Amino acid sequence: MSQAIIEWVSGPVVRARPEGAFVMREAVRVGEQGLLGEVIRIKESEIVIQVYEDTTGLRPGIQIEGSGQPLSVRLGPGILGGTFDGLLRPIADISVDGPWVKPGAIEHVAADFYFMPQVAEGDALTPGAIIGRVKPARGREQRILVPPGTSGVVEELVAEGEYRDDVPLCQLRNEDDKRHPVTMSHQWPVRRPRPVSARLPSDEPMLTGQRVIDCLFPVARGGKAAIPGGFGTGKTVLLETLAKWCNADVIVYVGCGERGNELAGLLEEFAELEDPRTGRLLLERTVLIANTSNMPVAAREASIYTGVTVAEYFRDQGYDVALMADSTSRWAEALREVSGRLGELPGEGGYPAYLSSRLADFYERAAKVRTLAGETGSVTLMGAVSPPSGDFSEPVTSHTRRYIRSFWALDTHRAHARFYPAIHPLHSYSTDAGRLARWWHAEGCTHWEELRTRFLTLLDEQARLERMARIIGKDAMPPRQRFILMCAELLNEGFLRQSAFSEIDRSASPARQAVMMRIIGEFIEQAERVVADGVLPEAIAQLPVFRRLMRMSEEIPEGQWEEFSELSDELDKSMVGLVTSNQQTGEA
Amino acid sequence: MFARLTAEGAANRVEGPLLFLRRTLDVGYNEAVEVEGSDGIVRLGRVATVDDDTIVIEVLDDTAGLALAGTRVRFFGEPLKFNVGYGILDRVFNGVGEVIDGGPPIAAEKSMSIDGLPMKPVAREAPKDFLETGVSAIDLMNSLVRGQKLPLFSGGGLPHDQIAMSIAANARLPSAEAQEFAIVFAGIGVPHESAEYFQREMERSGALERSVLFLNLASDSSAQRLLTPRYALTAAEYLAFHEGKHVLVILTDMTNYCEALREVSASRGEVPSRKGYPGYMYSDLATLFERAGRIKGMPGTLTQLPILTMPNDDIGHPIPDLSGYITEGQIVLDRDLHRRGIYPPVKVLPSLSRLMKDGIGEGMTHRDHPALAAQLYAAYARAQQARILASVVGEDGLTEVDRQFLEFGSHFESNIIAHAEPRPVEDSMAVGWEGLKHLPRNELHRLSDAQIEQHLGHHDQPAEE
Repeated sequence: MSQAIIEWVSGPVVRARPEGAFVMREAVRVGEQGLLGEVIRIKESEIVIQVYEDTTGLRPGIQIEGSGQPLSVRLGPGILGGTFDGLLRPIADISVDGPWVKPGAIEHVAADFYFMPQVAEGDALTPGAIIGRVKPARGREQRILVPPGTSGVVEELVAEGEYRDDVPLCQLRNEDDKRHPVTMSHQWPVRRPRPVSARLPSDEPMLTGQRVIDCLFPVARGGKAAIPGGFGTGKTVLLETLAKWCNADVIVYVGCGERGNELAGLLEEFAELEDPRTGRLLLERTVLIANTSNMPVAAREASIYTGVTVAEYFRDQGYDVALMADSTSRWAEALREVSGRLGELPGEGGYPAYLSSRLADFYERAAKVRTLAGETGSVTLMGAVSPPSGDFSEPVTSHTRRYIRSFWALDTHRAHARFYPAIHPLHSYSTDAGRLARWWHAEGCTHWEELRTRFLTLLDEQARLERMARIIGKDAMPPRQRFILMCAELLNEGFLRQSAFSEIDRSASPARQAVMMRIIGEFIEQAERVVADGVLPEAIAQLPVFRRLMRMSEEIPEGQWEEFSELSDELDKSMVGLVTSNQQTGEA
Repeated sequence: MFARLTAEGAANRVEGPLLFLRRTLDVGYNEAVEVEGSDGIVRLGRVATVDDDTIVIEVLDDTAGLALAGTRVRFFGEPLKFNVGYGILDRVFNGVGEVIDGGPPIAAEKSMSIDGLPMKPVAREAPKDFLETGVSAIDLMNSLVRGQKLPLFSGGGLPHDQIAMSIAANARLPSAEAQEFAIVFAGIGVPHESAEYFQREMERSGALERSVLFLNLASDSSAQRLLTPRYALTAAEYLAFHEGKHVLVILTDMTNYCEALREVSASRGEVPSRKGYPGYMYSDLATLFERAGRIKGMPGTLTQLPILTMPNDDIGHPIPDLSGYITEGQIVLDRDLHRRGIYPPVKVLPSLSRLMKDGIGEGMTHRDHPALAAQLYAAYARAQQARILASVVGEDGLTEVDRQFLEFGSHFESNIIAHAEPRPVEDSMAVGWEGLKHLPRNELHRLSDAQIEQHLGHHDQPAEE
């Protein structure tokens, strides 16, 4: 392997004099501790290396070893349910070497898994084919794939049984008569998207259990969404809520430059909560990639790619995967820091000029696909963006906008009033909504598209009327406008607001969302009629049923369909009652 | 003492706090050094950059009086360390961990690197357990939880020093654990009179007995300023994770820290980012704030209450902005409330405690505390809207309900937020419920019927039209 000698150290950036050939993006080991790094620039007599660990104590003269390989991670059945650093190295148990992160090599520990073959000797396998299944002690069944790029005829297949994840399960003899061993785990370079046989159009929503998302701004399987918001607007809580309740098979959660306590809380919760669809612990379907803000900066840059590579690995097994990245701004800042130390010409906001293309590289890896093995899988990406002082015109937010399909803008005013999720209905959008309407209609919510449009128009009118109220006062507005404001309040408080911490309401099934949508639709329709008949909106707001509607999200749990229909009946009766008493007063 | 490497006559440039040496020795990045000038003064420093022929030393004291000739640099061969031990409580240190209260040096039990080591996320235990500060705006509305980092965003001329001292004196744990409580207070770049105020006040209230005080004065060198919070946090980590105490660290004023960071970065010739602050300010602040927390299997906790003054009261300024992205919430002080004589002048709407939900509720404060806080927030937000409306169209243009909210807003500020004496959390909750009685029940959407019945039930409802 090639070697190099350090000449200059500044933070995570090291310059060295090469002895032998290095290639761009090659992984290297620095010094006796074996700190992991990556070649990011090559000159005739100098290479520049970005080191992914704390560089305290590094000095000129220290040796660097090349690996000849691009920066890669080891993908295998052991990663589901685990916690890893930005380079997919397990963050070892505290009983092994204490509670502190120490720089230096972390050796991968091989583990045993029970392997059940699905092919026979003599079968010809193509790249990405499934050779068998494993059933880990924790987590779901996984499939063992022939690594992309490898193919041939199966030889020396092992029998069903326990094997270590690094011993060959079979050999593949290819046309050139070379034999390739296939193990449970294989290496894959993080910056290279894994190949697929075709990208498919996504026509099915990824359900999140959050009404404001599923009903107003849905995201498709294989879609991509951004959650921008200033600090305190609830990005992290929203991402965690999505990680808990969205209906993906595997969740990859990348904590990129964020808080340690939050990850600790997430780990604790995931180890207790059950996935309502499978009855298994949420932790068992999750891969957590943790690179908190006090961990080395450069590894933050890699952690996003590591995360999406893991997501693609599970997608290739035919699963629907959702990746949450919190936060892509920290990743962009890591790019900026390294770029600054290299003395590159800064672009907008000090970020390097290639920020936009790097963001595209990441988001373009989201897709619903037909895998090489012929199955259907998807990777859905959701990235939080932390714009400085909540200004959405800054480079990371504005570039991200160019590549995503769902935009969930978090609003400071809503967050201040503790209105969560603080997604602003007028600043957010989803380009997938039109395509996903068909899914809802097929599910029996036949008015989905109509109601969605109705709700959005109502919220838009509310904003307009509130501006007007500031000039003329609410009292001076005609009843019809006061009626709009009342409906918008119900829509916001009773439907869009959803507490992530309420046991009843933290996640809503599509059926419950549909019935709530319908009841609110009914209310708007009926109230509109009685207001036209001369009933004052204030009289409607005083009805006990109005308070019940306002609180239905917190008081009527999943599956209590009779309670919903009772509420609907009560609504009808109250409205009729109002009209009658109104006529009587009119006559008297 | 073991022999240390010494470089003599190697200096070839001095610039601001930086000393440039020809590289005659094998030294590593970030290691500690001692610089002795021809004037005989010993200054602490650390290695900022090394390359093949130059070593750059960041000198932590004034470089006035340093000459190229006759300057000796001793290399420690390891990062800066702080010697800590049992006698650390009730002591006063300067910004670089030297005793300045006239007493003897402390008996060192451990020598800890001041940079600490990052805690593994899996080793952390999620913070829970309530920590009472005696301030309603915090305890009731934005509760502080042990292991949390919750900064106070203030402005020049606002009473943050007073609030800090009041919290230092009155913060308490549930009675059984009271003796396990300790405070580490670091004044970073504070003026002389503030430093004296802190010391005097802590002695007066008796808080000093359970405290460690670090004072870095405004006149001390800015490179030293970068170390003060690190020494303070090292002392806190020792108390929390070696002595098992529940430690509250108060750092004031982090704005001075960030200014020093900018100054040192500029003198190193680094490419500046927003407003001239270095691009790595987020990561740098994170290395401090992330030292808050609790560790599985260890009894102690480390809670941080950093205080920063927002330049020009701008919450979007890089210092509060980046801090807010790292810390678990923020408590914002407001000049308008201060002018109206409301103390503590906490502006609750932009204030937030992210971990509040884990520290309150059944078994900790009260079952209905979360709902109460949520309802107070929603009502006060509505009151603010009514206030904006009233400022344009006048109170007469408001609906009856909006007028009731307007009234609630004033009541909330002067009776719930404002209080002169420290208030136990039970009393804070009682005044909270009392405040909600000003509003029609129909408008209390965040409370269940049962909660309304229990807490507001036996009083008559305000008249409704």
